[in-house]
Amino acid sequence: MSGKRVVITGRGAVSPYGTGCAVFFDGLWKGESPVVIMPEWQRISGLYSYLAAPVPDFDPKKLIPRKFRRTMGPMSIYATLASMEAAREAGLDKECLTGGETGVAIGSTTGSPSVFEEFYRKFLPDETVEDMRSGMFFKIMGHSCSANVSLALGIRGEQWAPASACTSAAQALGLGYMLVASGRQKVMLCGGADEVHSTVTMVFDVLHAASRKHDPPFMTPSPFDEERDGVVCGAGAGMLVLEEYEHAVSRGARIFAEIKGFGHVNDCGNVAAPGADVMAAAMKKAMKEAGVVPDDVDYVSAHATGTEQGDVAEGRAVAMTLGGRVAVSSLKGHIGHALGAAGGLETVALLEMMRREEALPTLNLKRPDRAVEGLNLLMGRPVAKRMDVVLKNNFALGGVNTSLVFRRI
Amino acid sequence: MVEEFELEESELGMDARLYEELGLDSLDSVDMVVALEKAFDTRMGQEEELREIRTVGDICRFIEKLQKERAEQA
Repeated sequence: MSGKRVVITGRGAVSPYGTGCAVFFDGLWKGESPVVIMPEWQRISGLYSYLAAPVPDFDPKKLIPRKFRRTMGPMSIYATLASMEAAREAGLDKECLTGGETGVAIGSTTGSPSVFEEFYRKFLPDETVEDMRSGMFFKIMGHSCSANVSLALGIRGEQWAPASACTSAAQALGLGYMLVASGRQKVMLCGGADEVHSTVTMVFDVLHAASRKHDPPFMTPSPFDEERDGVVCGAGAGMLVLEEYEHAVSRGARIFAEIKGFGHVNDCGNVAAPGADVMAAAMKKAMKEAGVVPDDVDYVSAHATGTEQGDVAEGRAVAMTLGGRVAVSSLKGHIGHALGAAGGLETVALLEMMRREEALPTLNLKRPDRAVEGLNLLMGRPVAKRMDVVLKNNFALGGVNTSLVFRRI
Repeated sequence: MVEEFELEESELGMDARLYEELGLDSLDSVDMVVALEKAFDTRMGQEEELREIRTVGDICRFIEKLQKERAEQA
């Protein structure tokens, strides 16, 4: 794509391991599973999956002042903390952050599901809006995360809120990439956030796509594994600072990687069933834009969520596009499917893998499905690996298929 | 008020001005009414006189008056 070069200069994370990148990386590299049973979900008639990877409880009062916090549901709190961390790591000063040259693009599946539940419990069955607090709407509106982060950080640039479930953060990254490359913004804070909630897991469980391996909970999900039985939903926020290359260099910022391509293709075949051809098309588009060929690619951070169909489709797409040589793993074995946050958290982790020159395996993967046998699937322990060119795939219910190419510079 | 707005009790003198001193805004005034209704177990959201409230003392006088009126009506 013509235009200015776009690099990443900051990362922030709230994950099922806790708040901050340090605990996130620690959990990932130790190969610990944060998946737990949600006992209160067992009362819900018709729900048979009680597994999740929620963000561990913490008190946001000390971290975010009330005047910003009063309009934030949990996902907006995660997004704000991750954004603050990313901006801090990037060393963005007040002038840069609040002067109009920095914008925000943060997506989530919907507004806060826990707040929707709170609203409807009060509203129904008698239809009353007595006792509605002023912050209620702001916690459930579609752009809750981006609006709250913009408010808390004093953003005067462009505010965007791409909502596309599992690809929300990937779309935010793609959008930020385009806005910086075009020169509309010098810096973009990009990523996504989501919460764990019974109604979210219900979406997958009703389709028989949610894992029901409760005993023990910490061996699921297992992407690519022949015994996999579905997704486990996770929560958190993953945020990146995208910056125009010259701007980053001139202020001596540390650069993690350059974004070289964003492949973005819609699958109109079926609203829920994944299509290998379309996934491959997204990867090929990203690679073409990045000017890379299959031999250049060192690693693929897969979307693979642990579903029967999705993992196989992606496996075929990778085989079609890159052959069987390239190392592949999915972080969903570790953090579950963080939905709107997935692309953000997985990119934060990917950049750390590049920095440490260590590729993480797919957690819980013991025996790959026959259908993906030809692939170089990483299992067991992290493996030493120099990665210069990597792909980050994310695909969503509803047809959005994305692939990002990052290159070390 | 202390709990709802995370204020210090010492800030709530009778003459403390809600908007200029305690930093409340229009969204907060909505939540303040909800909190007071809960605390005093009585609806007051549509009372005209709410709009005149500017200080902590005004709130106290308003509630006292409301409770007296409601008691008389009962």
